[in-house]
Amino acid sequence: MNDPVVARRPARSGEPGAERGVPAAPHASEAPIPPTPEAPQTPKAPHVRPGDRVFRGLATGSGVFIVALIGAIGLFLVVQAIPSLGLDQVNFLTSREWNTSDPANLRFGILDLLLVTIVVSLLALLIAMPIALGIALFLTQYAPRQLARPFAYVIDLLAAVPSIVFGLWGLFVLGPVLYPVSEWLIEHLGWIPFFAKGNVNVQLGGTVFTAGIVVAVMILPIITAVSREVFERTPTMHVEGAIALGATKWEVVRTTVLPFGKAGYVSASMLGLGRALGETIAVMIILSTATSAFGWSLFDGGATFASKIALAAPEFNDPRSAGAYIAAGLVLFVLTFVVNAIARSIVAGHKEYE
Amino acid sequence: MAKRLDIKDLNLYYGKFHAVENVSLAVPPRNVTAFIGPSGCGKSTVLRSLNRMHEVAPGARVEGKVLLDGEDIYASTVDPVEVRRTIGMVFQRPNPFPTMSIRDNVVAGLKLAGVKNKKELDEVAERSLRGANLWNEVKDRLDRPGGGLSGGQQQRLCIARAIAVQPDVLLMDEPCSALDPISTLAIEDLITELKKDYTIVIVTHNMQQAARVSDQTAFFNLLGVGQPGQLIEVDDTEKIFSNPGQKATEDYISGRFG
Repeated sequence: MNDPVVARRPARSGEPGAERGVPAAPHASEAPIPPTPEAPQTPKAPHVRPGDRVFRGLATGSGVFIVALIGAIGLFLVVQAIPSLGLDQVNFLTSREWNTSDPANLRFGILDLLLVTIVVSLLALLIAMPIALGIALFLTQYAPRQLARPFAYVIDLLAAVPSIVFGLWGLFVLGPVLYPVSEWLIEHLGWIPFFAKGNVNVQLGGTVFTAGIVVAVMILPIITAVSREVFERTPTMHVEGAIALGATKWEVVRTTVLPFGKAGYVSASMLGLGRALGETIAVMIILSTATSAFGWSLFDGGATFASKIALAAPEFNDPRSAGAYIAAGLVLFVLTFVVNAIARSIVAGHKEYE
Repeated sequence: MAKRLDIKDLNLYYGKFHAVENVSLAVPPRNVTAFIGPSGCGKSTVLRSLNRMHEVAPGARVEGKVLLDGEDIYASTVDPVEVRRTIGMVFQRPNPFPTMSIRDNVVAGLKLAGVKNKKELDEVAERSLRGANLWNEVKDRLDRPGGGLSGGQQQRLCIARAIAVQPDVLLMDEPCSALDPISTLAIEDLITELKKDYTIVIVTHNMQQAARVSDQTAFFNLLGVGQPGQLIEVDDTEKIFSNPGQKATEDYISGRFG
């Protein structure tokens, strides 16, 4: 009858009368408490060691803190954006116009930014995903152990290269290299909208194409690192089961490693996508400003949410113009949330290995 | 089907560690051979060398010969993948592929071998599940994942998967050690039935099980920590359990050690 667990919760709550009711719902065997209803403290509380209490407090505090922080950021964005949104002379969501130079006549819409952001990010993801998968499989399945470790370090080092360096590399090294490729694609595949002649000078290399490739390199390490960790944890018993059935190396990968690691690989890719969406400096340096709207071509220029905001920093002295950029930032914030939610639901759909 | 195995002067290594020393042993066809011995004596290692699973571990090495009806499976011209397709294996813990349906689990080996004909696959799935005494329990849910079965059913599913490719030899590495007594009994009955068609080698820690299911028993032992495991003796199961030739064997099966 004397269930010591039941009294743990009320130990910290004040009113002796109320605390009887709280744990009563889940636990029926609560008889021992009634005899001492007038006790000023709760003497029946099982001993909770101070270390446990401190640790629990710290852990709970950290959890609450991060949630509160995200909430505060969202709140900040909303509060700062609303006044400017009210002053907006065009539709915020569907307009392609962006002119905030005159605070009295704000005209800003995010459609162009949204499209460029998504196309750059998806191009990056499209390039990075298969390469990361290949690297992760190579490191976990094929590479000799002595090689795999240093190789993995090198990949991780790629993540430590500053964004600005990638931007400079993209503009001065990759851009010129891509010029003939771009020319060829425009000439031969120009009838496909994606490869049509764009709204900026291809020779300068400041296109969505260049930006997408650079961002792909930037998100490669995170996708590779997470996928590698997941693939490494493929249960040995399943791998051996496949080998014992006469599976070749590739068949082992196909029947055990990939099904096991699929969810992890997808969430790794979504992490990469999240990073791609928010990538700022490199994209800002690379993308040429376009005078006309984004036309779905990889050889268009333009700006992403993040690069647009970064470029506009000098305008922030007027709160009304700044509010327009904060509104754009809010959309980016929501976009990354949506991407994460999609990733979570995909991962939740693959629970066979849990 | 049901070929004989001859192990000749087999030495097994993990890197520099000499795990098993000079094992020579004959496994007749349509017969159950049990490997018994204390933990770490190398009986599982020997079993895993019989379908070239031993070399999967990094640094693992094999010396000596394993003849399958006279042909050395360690000959340089032999592809280990082919060896594993003709010598099936059932593991200690049931390991059906969790993302595959029951049916796909059973025919996984055939699919790896390139069989695509759906009718043929269905026939093999039914025959193998019947062979593993599992058909009646799962025939209505062949498309459900194999991970949803009980432990004993999962292990029989793994046996069905192993016999679906009609192997020459079936290796079992403590197939009942993770199962309850009723499931164990089901597997033991199954082993006795499978013996009509297959050559079976089973590693077990359960001496009653060895006595119940096997025709011949091999006793492995190790002389000390860090020493290689050795085959002490192999004989008819009846003789090993009633009148073993070696004192060490008698001590082990009667529960006296050292």
